[in-house]
Amino acid sequence: MDANRSHRLRAHGLKLAHLMTLFVAMSIICLPGLWIVLNSFRPTVEIMAKPPIWIPNDLNFDNYRAMFAGAGEGGVPVVTYFMNSLIISVTSTAIAILVGMAGGYAFARYRFRGKSAIFVGLMVTRAVPGVALSLPLFIVYARIGIIDTHFGMILTYVAMNVPFTIWLIDGFFRQVPKELAEAAEIDGCTRWQAFWRVEFPVARAGIASAGIFAFLTSWNEYALASQLTRSVTSKTMPVGLLDFTSEFTLNWGGMCALAVLMIIPALVLTFLVQKHLIAGLTFGGVKG
Amino acid sequence: MAEVHLEKVVKKYGELEVVHGIDLDIGHNEFVVFVGPSGCGKSTTLRMIAGLENISGGNIRIGDRVVNDLPPRARNISMVFQNYALYPHMSVRENLGFSLKIAGKDKAEIEAAVDEAAAILSLTPLLDRKPGELSGGQRQRVAMGRAIVRHPDVFLFDEPLSNLDAKLRTQMRVEIKKLHRKIKTTIIYVTHDQVEAMTLADRIVIMRNGSIEQQGTPLEVFANPVSTFVATFIGSPPMNLIDGVVKGGQVVFSDGTSLPVPPRYSAAEGQRVQYGVRADNIMPIGHALPPEEHMAELDMTVSLSEPLGTETILFGEISDTEIQAKMLNPRPVEPGETMRFQITLDKCHLFDAESGVSLRT
Ligand SMILES: Nc1ncnc2c1ncn2[C@@H]1O[C@H](COP(=O)(O)OP(=O)(O)OP(=O)(O)O)[C@@H](O)[C@H]1O
Ligand SMILES: [Mg+2]
Repeated sequence: MDANRSHRLRAHGLKLAHLMTLFVAMSIICLPGLWIVLNSFRPTVEIMAKPPIWIPNDLNFDNYRAMFAGAGEGGVPVVTYFMNSLIISVTSTAIAILVGMAGGYAFARYRFRGKSAIFVGLMVTRAVPGVALSLPLFIVYARIGIIDTHFGMILTYVAMNVPFTIWLIDGFFRQVPKELAEAAEIDGCTRWQAFWRVEFPVARAGIASAGIFAFLTSWNEYALASQLTRSVTSKTMPVGLLDFTSEFTLNWGGMCALAVLMIIPALVLTFLVQKHLIAGLTFGGVKG
Repeated sequence: MAEVHLEKVVKKYGELEVVHGIDLDIGHNEFVVFVGPSGCGKSTTLRMIAGLENISGGNIRIGDRVVNDLPPRARNISMVFQNYALYPHMSVRENLGFSLKIAGKDKAEIEAAVDEAAAILSLTPLLDRKPGELSGGQRQRVAMGRAIVRHPDVFLFDEPLSNLDAKLRTQMRVEIKKLHRKIKTTIIYVTHDQVEAMTLADRIVIMRNGSIEQQGTPLEVFANPVSTFVATFIGSPPMNLIDGVVKGGQVVFSDGTSLPVPPRYSAAEGQRVQYGVRADNIMPIGHALPPEEHMAELDMTVSLSEPLGTETILFGEISDTEIQAKMLNPRPVEPGETMRFQITLDKCHLFDAESGVSLRT
């Protein structure tokens, strides 16, 4: 009886410690984000105050109002930037996922010459830091005239994301037993139908996570975008943040407001897809 | 309902030939079982019939069509996989109806077919579950149900019971046999379990290293194995094989004991042979079946006994070879006890020692 009670107490104690540690860790991780959200509602004086003001005493929407105001009144073309970001991220993600699915499936299911060499090659491309590519890319793009275009940015992000999506999706298709597709073929499907009606739905969760990943990479990318975009025709939101800097001043409040606008879609997307991520990988079609 | 014919079917993986020109004719509604040790090419042959593996040579005909280059969907076959391969994202109902849906059948028709199959396999209460929520035996039945809804020409089974526990396996074996009665269809069934093969098959096809070693009804292959391979593979416990030399109508073993050459077998004088006798045909006198026409007797010391209830398996030795004998109406046996055994010569076998081939005339 006593042994039982002390064990139960210990278990409770451990759980408490566990939760506390998690709380502290999460606070540290989330603090910068929360600080940004907070600052977006505060006037610059309060943001810059020394010592820092922890408890805000003047919250308002001034920064947002100013941001959406016309040019010359501290406004920036937020809507245009947002649309640029959206078009570029969504298109490049869609393409990266399609290519990733085709490539990942091939790597998972077929044997072909040079398979492992190609695979390693793909991974090596990820080892090159993006910034190192910015100058060569800039020169090439300038020559062929796709600098400062949506197309140029989409191309860049597709190239950046494809190796990763192939690698991730390959892993997910490997977990789908190949008998499933064979059973579907025997049930009357063509190879193509077997893929779309059986293998794809089973691997959907994995593909969705690869999609989130690719989307966030494109959505947040700054180093290359800052070089390859020039004007409102293609500037993305991360690059747009620089509009708040001028020669002598930094509009921290405005920056934070734009950053919040940037974070929201990413959060919403992750939230929408996470249900699939958790519910997805429940197999059970094969023995076990 | 269709015949299946294999003509000189060959399968190569690159340079490696794993199936060497198989000839086989399977009749309407016949239940054929491929049996053989691991890696002998059973699954490969089955998958070639299914169209999941292309063939490197020869012909496969189903009904009156050559199907060599037809994809699986055009062969009107269905298959039950060893790991069931149920679609995990679909309910049992959708799993069963999938093939009909693909075929473009209308809803009412699909529903009727699914209900019929579910009733046959007692799956009706499970129709709305996902495969992940079923037990192994239930998944197995769903896999069979998915195979029967379409009324295919040929059923293919690849070791469908090997993931079940012993009791369930026996139960499902009976169900498969009943199913075959009910839905009269050609069945090709792969297993490496000889008991499954014996109990289910109209005809057993014993494979070895990519070739057919012997085929026939279970009783035929049991009674007349063409080689020591078949003799030891079919039947439990496996047939006892004793090395010996033929001398004057007797097979003399290395320890000097001898047994007569069994009736209907012939061997040259001085030929090295293996003498085959099943446990059922070597029994201690007084605990045996009534003697038949040709009998022989010898003494053997029992080293171990395994009581099984109605019978006991006795272990002994003849010329350094371990022998398993059977004792009916058992009594307790002490290790070390020497008993006199009767041997039914009509059921004994003789094989060439080198090639293992039966010396039956
Ligand atoms: N993709 C492949 N490439 C090369 N060799 C293969 C391939 N698939 C099978 N084999 C070989 O073909 C032979 C027959 O294999 P198969 O799967 O038909 O055996 P099996 O009789 O079904 O055995 P088991 O009882 O273990 O299932 C084996 O020796 C195997 O190594
Ligand atoms: Mg096999």
